[in-house]
Amino acid sequence: MQINDFLKNTSEWLKGSGPNSDIVISSRVRLARNLDKMPFPHWANKAQSQEALKTIEEAASRVYYLKTTTVFELAGLDPVDKQFLVERHLMSHEHAQKTDNKAVVVDNEEILSLMINEEDHLRMQAMQSGLNLFEAWNIINRIDDSLSEEIDFAFLPELGYLTACPTNTGTGMRGSVMLHLPALVMSNQINRVLAAISKLSFTSRGLYGEGTQASGNFFQISNQVSLGVSEDDILENLNSLIRRLIEQENQARESLLSRSRAFLEDRISRSFGILKNARIISSQETIELLSMVRLGVDLGILKDIDRRSLNELFIITQPAHLQKIENNKLSAQERDIKRAQIIRNKLKL
Amino acid sequence: MLCDICGKNPATVHLTEIIDEQMTELHLCEECAHKKSAQMEQQFGLSDLLAGMAEFEKPSPEKEAVALKCPNCGLTYTDFRKIGRLGCGECYRTFNKYLGPLLKRIHGAIQHIGKVPMKAGRPVVKKKEKSADIAILKEKLHRAIEVEAFEEAARLRDQIRELEKKQAQSGSEDKSAD
Repeated sequence: MQINDFLKNTSEWLKGSGPNSDIVISSRVRLARNLDKMPFPHWANKAQSQEALKTIEEAASRVYYLKTTTVFELAGLDPVDKQFLVERHLMSHEHAQKTDNKAVVVDNEEILSLMINEEDHLRMQAMQSGLNLFEAWNIINRIDDSLSEEIDFAFLPELGYLTACPTNTGTGMRGSVMLHLPALVMSNQINRVLAAISKLSFTSRGLYGEGTQASGNFFQISNQVSLGVSEDDILENLNSLIRRLIEQENQARESLLSRSRAFLEDRISRSFGILKNARIISSQETIELLSMVRLGVDLGILKDIDRRSLNELFIITQPAHLQKIENNKLSAQERDIKRAQIIRNKLKL
Repeated sequence: MLCDICGKNPATVHLTEIIDEQMTELHLCEECAHKKSAQMEQQFGLSDLLAGMAEFEKPSPEKEAVALKCPNCGLTYTDFRKIGRLGCGECYRTFNKYLGPLLKRIHGAIQHIGKVPMKAGRPVVKKKEKSADIAILKEKLHRAIEVEAFEEAARLRDQIRELEKKQAQSGSEDKSAD
């Protein structure tokens, strides 16, 4: 598999299928693991980083469930390719910086990704469309089991898996769910909801993980506590929280429809109109307008557009994707023009 | 009362922090308070926050903690305070005494109850948990067969047999000891 081959696929997390896929974009479970006795990536010297990379790559190559994966060593990738993988959520923004002795292992369906020498020696994740945390957990759990037969992980019975940052100690697990909550935002309820989430030891982040702004009404909710709770309980708790959020978003949608239908239809139709006609458009504006159009599709206000092509637009209009499609470096201005053109073509009815 | 940070000047600034309904008081001299507020004004990344939290712990005696150095990777407690990251798994043993309160504050708990790695797990699992292990393996075997991963299934089957054999052996040993 080459980087360019991904362009022909729809990432698992953007398939627009799976349970509750009107409000839930995707579910992800990631595990942090480290090699026993080996200094963590930020503290390791060059030889140690090389050894960690080699040990994990070799172990991964022996795992049955990783047979259809490709290893990308980051030092060999150009900046656009790295950004491309970040945009597809196959690796973190942090992983794309200082790329010596780093790699990412990805399967053809883009369900799995293993980051080697990120903050921990190994960060492995499984993605699923819609609200499907337990399936994601099943997938990554069996890979973790297989790897743990090949590698000695840093582990203490009383503290669990040992990680570079004490916020991940214990299970090393982070379950995350990406949600689209436009009605809670429009009805000014989102701050109340986010405050409640943080009181329950969950956090909310933007589209691209830690430190990113929420944009286009997309929110990533994940657990904060990883020690003193079992993996199943972490996911059960997260799952029931997400179910409550779905209910609240649905209620907010119904109340907007019954109280301000004209206002809602106007915003959605204007957004659609701009996307269909713009000649120059930024990625930020694109995400915000696509969010409105998506809501229009969910509510049956806009017909004949499917969620999957909206999701596709969502990703192919990102900067690195535009440049891969054009197979050329583009300036910000050129990208804004190209982006508008791609959107117009896709939304031509 | 002396400043909690420098321990030299009298404390004139009193900070109260409430995290998870637990109140922590911090008494600072003017100079240290000034430094602290300058620190707080800087952009608050997670590592800063953590390093800050480690600093709030009042290790007693302070000097002992600062001098601690991980024999495996060479990271000192001072390094940890500065960067908010441990150096290796062994650091958790080295700084055990000082990490406990920090972990408690982050997670509200200090005892792992999640999964155990296949390798590391075996020497520490008790007999009862061993049967749980076998149950997990059987579940996996079932799944492997479902997805027609027969090589994997064969491997799992052998593993289950071996575990069951071991369990039977240790069971009979226990009886003879009785």
